[in-house]
Amino acid sequence: MRKIWWKIIGVALVFYTLIAGLLIEAPRLAILNETIRAMHFHVPMWFGMVIMLTASVVFSIRYLRTGNLKYDTYAIELVNTSILFGILGLATGMIWANYTWGAPWSGDPKQNASAIGMLIYFAYILLRNSITDPQQKAKIGAVYNIFAYATLIPLLFILPRLTDSLHPGNGGNPGFNAYELDGRLRMVFYPAVIGWTLLGVWLTELRIRLSFIKSKIDEED
Amino acid sequence: MIKQVISILEKEVKLEWRNKTAFNGILLYLVSTIFICYLSFNLKRGQMQIDTWNALFWIIIVFANINGVAKSFLQEGEGRMLYYYTLCKPHIILSGKLIFNVLLSILIALLGFVVYAVIIGNPVNNYTYFLLTILFASIGFSGVLTLVSGIVSKANSSTALMAVLSFPILLPILLMSVRLSKNAIDGINISVMNDKLFTLISVDAIVITTAYILFPFIWRN
Repeated sequence: MRKIWWKIIGVALVFYTLIAGLLIEAPRLAILNETIRAMHFHVPMWFGMVIMLTASVVFSIRYLRTGNLKYDTYAIELVNTSILFGILGLATGMIWANYTWGAPWSGDPKQNASAIGMLIYFAYILLRNSITDPQQKAKIGAVYNIFAYATLIPLLFILPRLTDSLHPGNGGNPGFNAYELDGRLRMVFYPAVIGWTLLGVWLTELRIRLSFIKSKIDEED
Repeated sequence: MIKQVISILEKEVKLEWRNKTAFNGILLYLVSTIFICYLSFNLKRGQMQIDTWNALFWIIIVFANINGVAKSFLQEGEGRMLYYYTLCKPHIILSGKLIFNVLLSILIALLGFVVYAVIIGNPVNNYTYFLLTILFASIGFSGVLTLVSGIVSKANSSTALMAVLSFPILLPILLMSVRLSKNAIDGINISVMNDKLFTLISVDAIVITTAYILFPFIWRN
């Protein structure tokens, strides 16, 4: 077990988020009320997803430059974890929206954009499964991954800002200010982002090691 | 270099001109889809709601584009690809194909608009912006579809894969175009439309740039 410290930090931060996020006093805001606690669980999913997708694109670029299949494994496993985070993000968002907006799906631009984002990465998985040769699979996959990321950025960050939205953090503000994040929320929110992201990275690391072991076993057979 | 691009463009146009099946196919596809819409909506002329008119128009254009532009790399056999590879640089191939596809895409959209306007009715107010939207949307569509068609030609070349891969990536461009053309139909103040037009142009720029960066990697094997 090398470099165990960041895993301990990650788990500790997630437990801190669970306990503090649910118990610490939250500011009273109209409509939001207690549902503002969802922020500690919903928003970090998107942060974690975008961070891991960015890392995945970096590994895809490194794969294209070096041709080392190791980097391709990193890229695909990061995408897998991102999809998990994305689904959890959508689910937590829908639960929250059910109580504040009155319906789990109300056609909000951010909801639609993230659903489309999921579709893009499902297509990426599908594309990889349709190619058998590992080098070819890695190369085509890397190209599609980078291309998809380049079009996902306008989708997630630019388009929702052009239209009116019910989503907190809209009207030109990048996410934070509209929450009127006061000190108490901030004390939980930032650790939550770090904690969930570390947990995601740990999950990815396990999957990468599993995939290396599997390919080694295949070679020996 | 420009000469090489032009000769590739010339070859594409000639190929298209000699066996007109492809172009006639798209034309027939457009006309029959529009007519099917006309019949199934059970319309009298000019009766359709503007929102429906707009959405239907862009959906028809996108499908016609996927059918028309998709074949740009799919129609090339393995041997011919190898022949091109020995002749010139990947950027030149991409430029030739891209220019041809942009022209084809604009033609599809304009023809589609004429037929659509004749059969279903024409509510457009601001033609300058409507045509500009068609122009930049076509550039974006063909940029995405050219690269995705290159990717699919290296995978198992199925048209289903083509549609699945390109739909989510086309969506940002499609959404921008739908909004812009809605504004052009309503004849809204120009300053509002300029913002959206610039966003559409910058999404186009992102798509084309990434296509140029990534194409050499799918080309090289």
